[in-house]
Amino acid sequence: MDSNTEAPGKLSRMFLTLYDVFQFISRFFKEGFLPPYEGKELMKQCYDIGYKSLALISLTGFITGVVFTKQSRPSLAEFGATSWLPSLVGIALLRTLAPLLTSLIAAGKVGSSIGAELGSMRVTEQIDAMEVSATNPFKFLVTTRVLAATITIPILTFYTAMVGMLGALLNVSTSEGTSAKAFFQSALESITFLDITASTVKAILFGFTIGMVGCYQGYNSSKGTEGVGKAANSAVVVGMFLIFIEEVVSVQFFGLFRT
Amino acid sequence: MKEKAKTISTEKVIEIKGLVKAFGNYEVLKGVDLDLYKGENLVVLGKSGTGKSVLIKIIVGLLTPDQGEVKVLNQIIDKISYKELLLLRLKVGFSFQNSALYDSMTIRENLEFPLVRNQKHLSKEEVSIAVEEMLDAVGLSQTINQMPSELSGGQRKRIGIARTLILRPEIMLYDEPTAGLDPITCFEINNLINEVQERFHTSSIIITHDLTCAKAVGNRVAMLLGGKFEHKGTFEEVFNTTDDRVQPFYDYNFIQ
Repeated sequence: MDSNTEAPGKLSRMFLTLYDVFQFISRFFKEGFLPPYEGKELMKQCYDIGYKSLALISLTGFITGVVFTKQSRPSLAEFGATSWLPSLVGIALLRTLAPLLTSLIAAGKVGSSIGAELGSMRVTEQIDAMEVSATNPFKFLVTTRVLAATITIPILTFYTAMVGMLGALLNVSTSEGTSAKAFFQSALESITFLDITASTVKAILFGFTIGMVGCYQGYNSSKGTEGVGKAANSAVVVGMFLIFIEEVVSVQFFGLFRT
Repeated sequence: MKEKAKTISTEKVIEIKGLVKAFGNYEVLKGVDLDLYKGENLVVLGKSGTGKSVLIKIIVGLLTPDQGEVKVLNQIIDKISYKELLLLRLKVGFSFQNSALYDSMTIRENLEFPLVRNQKHLSKEEVSIAVEEMLDAVGLSQTINQMPSELSGGQRKRIGIARTLILRPEIMLYDEPTAGLDPITCFEINNLINEVQERFHTSSIIITHDLTCAKAVGNRVAMLLGGKFEHKGTFEEVFNTTDDRVQPFYDYNFIQ
């Protein structure tokens, strides 16, 4: 066999995949910012990704608020510091819990759905059908979904933080009898502009990652129905893995500004 | 039975010279030469896996050739920009083997999709009229609000053809139009292909291994054997041969 046509080794395959990913991301920036814009499809995707995730996000956010407050109370009570609960919950929710929870839920719900949808469109030649009917499928399918995830995840993140605070308020007001006004005053006082900025940047990054991973896996899906399953699965696994890596990096990065 | 058109122009709309395409070490097309004349229905015959679908995917720019030249409406397909390719695709319709209908859209939305994206000057009413007319042309007006999953295989094929025709292409490429259909539905699809040729004045390449379809719709037949077109001509010319690779094809279709 000619050495040029030999099957690539593991390392070469990894670099080829990285090159593919790089090209995919570059194409997103090229197609996403050049006209014509897919405004209607973008709105539809924002609705699908954002609005349709609200119920799940609300429930998870609320339960997290209640449970986190309940679990934190004994430790603070040891130092007679239960009055710090609202601040603790506020900071924890905004800095880490809300972005991370929202993104992990979205990676599971939205990432898998994007991966499966685009994957099944690929194997049933629907993407090719768009291509031959003179529509740019990358622009229509990929840029809209990635942009929608990038826009809606930050909004959902702040929504989760708010709902989580309501859960915490319920717990604090029933246990300590704290009023809503006092709770929010204490919780919001401890939140800085840097916290809000860091959360927003992280949520944007997470949203972009979820959309991009789901689209990449689905758009490049192959091997029939098995490929669709793999695309959905990889969208979740790779998406979550990257979110954790990004969380670690961003905590280190924004930590530099907190000294 | 709807008759196929008998007068064919001498003007070439597709010219293929020395086309080579390989996947890994497997060379599917080994120097293919083929011309499609304006107004003709050209049937490409061949066994499964001989590169028939690859050929039309190259014509429409879904795959790129390794060697050779593919000229569609006087434009060399792998030498034009993506923008020019999109414009060219408006003139080349492609009907997929499995219809490739957008399964999250209704039939109306499926037909509207290429139209609203490519002919933005049309009003909502004009789009609606065009969709209804096209559905009427393929005899499926009643399915307008249905989802693709609610249709039979034959209906899906017809809708796929209607969605392609709505942009009024000059060239039609049919990938296995009768595959997996019962004989009556095959007859209806063959009729539709001839009707499209006559009514919309299209030039078509029909990929198939169904000889009944080939005989019913083809003005000319080209037989793909071992990565090259070995026999070209009318149906009778192609099958009036002693080539032992061709005869079994005929026997299997008509004697068995």
